[in-house]
Amino acid sequence: MAKVLMKGNEAIAEAAILAGCRFYFGYPITPQNEIPEYMSRRMREVGGTFLQAESEVAAINMVYGAAGCGKRVMTSSSSPGISLKQEGLSYIAGAELPCVVVNMVRGGPGLGGIQPAQSDYYQATRGGGHGDYRMIVYTPSTVQEAAEMVAKAFTVADRYRIGVMILGDGMIGQIMEPVDLEAIKVEPENTKKLWATTGTDSKDGKRSVVNSLYIDPNELEVVNQRLEAKYDVIAAYETEYEEYMLDDADVMLVAYGTTARICKSAVAKAREEGIKLGLFRPKTVWPFPYDALAKAAEGKKAVISVEMSLGQMVDDVRIAVNGKCPVHFTGRTGGVIPTPKEILDYVKEVR
Amino acid sequence: MAKFEKPKALLDVPLHYCPGCTHGIAHRLVAEAMDELDITGKTIGIAPVGCSVFAYNYFNCDMQQASHGRAPAVATGIKRAMPDNIVFSYQGDGDLASIGAAEIVSAAARGEKITVIFINNAIYGMTGGQMAPTTLLGQKTTTSPYGRDENIQGYPIRMVEMLSQLDGCAYAERVSMHNYPNVLKAKKAVKKAFETQIAGKGFAIVELLSTCPTNWGLSPVDALKFVEEKMIPQYPLGVFKEV
Repeated sequence: MAKVLMKGNEAIAEAAILAGCRFYFGYPITPQNEIPEYMSRRMREVGGTFLQAESEVAAINMVYGAAGCGKRVMTSSSSPGISLKQEGLSYIAGAELPCVVVNMVRGGPGLGGIQPAQSDYYQATRGGGHGDYRMIVYTPSTVQEAAEMVAKAFTVADRYRIGVMILGDGMIGQIMEPVDLEAIKVEPENTKKLWATTGTDSKDGKRSVVNSLYIDPNELEVVNQRLEAKYDVIAAYETEYEEYMLDDADVMLVAYGTTARICKSAVAKAREEGIKLGLFRPKTVWPFPYDALAKAAEGKKAVISVEMSLGQMVDDVRIAVNGKCPVHFTGRTGGVIPTPKEILDYVKEVR
Repeated sequence: MAKFEKPKALLDVPLHYCPGCTHGIAHRLVAEAMDELDITGKTIGIAPVGCSVFAYNYFNCDMQQASHGRAPAVATGIKRAMPDNIVFSYQGDGDLASIGAAEIVSAAARGEKITVIFINNAIYGMTGGQMAPTTLLGQKTTTSPYGRDENIQGYPIRMVEMLSQLDGCAYAERVSMHNYPNVLKAKKAVKKAFETQIAGKGFAIVELLSTCPTNWGLSPVDALKFVEEKMIPQYPLGVFKEV
């Protein structure tokens, strides 16, 4: 099939449908409104359910309910709305429910703005809500990749019974690019979910309880340790990254999502000028590719984290590099997108 | 002669509720309705945050535990995912009328085909007796030590009257459990709330006036008298909506 021109938000919605998502609960917020709008039309065509909730809080709790029944379910929002969902995401982590959450990040704090930003990195990678937990966080840098990551997110969510976030930004959501939907790989869903609340009649009388409350601290500690063991397995098997022009590079940029594609332009410009610049691009920011980044940083004159924030991922870059070479930060924030020239100028300053 | 037995829809485990608390009666009424309608095997219940959080340990059906106030949203997610199953939430007054007011109003407005069991004991029981949206004027609690004053804390909320105004609400009744005749009426109301869902009519809610002897500082018997003499005048019993 020929490629079709789609907005990032629409491609994400269609990819979710292709991946078997039949339940969507959301609340309007810019710059992700094309997702609920697309879903409101498409879900009826495929026999699924679209429901506009009364709030982001209600939407994530509807996701909790449907996910607790073992259904492939998704919500989407943007930064302020994702903040509202954090309580629900914590419960989802505690109850170990699979679901997919899209965050088309906009500038903050507060109501902030509606232009692209990457200032929700801490929130996305450190759990976001209360308690010791993680979500798997994919960071697409093209519309095609966004669609493929959404499809994968449903499989991974089911595999580990975990919430998976697609961490985009206003640009990934709004940009139109050609998408090859047939290239999206969808693994068959394991529909046998005995933990799900589908009524005891459907499970030979087995009773299922979806819950995150453990009053006995010793019991809760064991639950936390079990979650930690799961997160360790995820870190071992699901960490993804891309190395771009790094073989001969003496300066390494680190960037994800929209910023990574701008960095690729900066790398091309640098190479034209004889500067050996490369890019390390985390495709998952949790789990973060600490080991691969540490290895890639070996022998580099400088490592520069480039972000649309005041510098959040740079903390993880420093953890990975662990003092073995200088780590710098450059970026724009508040919805301002850095240009390749700005990035290259910074490279020239620090190299 | 009929034999008085534990309903099959209740698990044979000790309840954690305080002596004299009417949660036990309310649990029994829900379980009896499930038994009589033979729906336990396809029922999914939702436990709230509050005294009844451990309801997931007591009902012999699939259960989900919801965050504070969000049970109607969770119920919506479940019912939309499993339209052929029976879904009920069991919520207290702090959960339903305060922090979860938006969720209960919206679920009722949408006419979600769910059954809501609303326990109104005019206080936050689990956290130790703080003022609830349903606390009576003049009533002393740990956060209204001088008595609830309408000029400071406003007035108690009558939830079923409010919800009955919504077109999506198919059934709304307030009952009490302070004596045997009223328990029988409450039993009928709870069953009716499930039958409303089974018939696909829409949102159904039963408010059960309940006791909290521990946090009211009353004996179980005096607590029942408090319901009859103080609560019913503020919260009149009856059917407010039936379609």
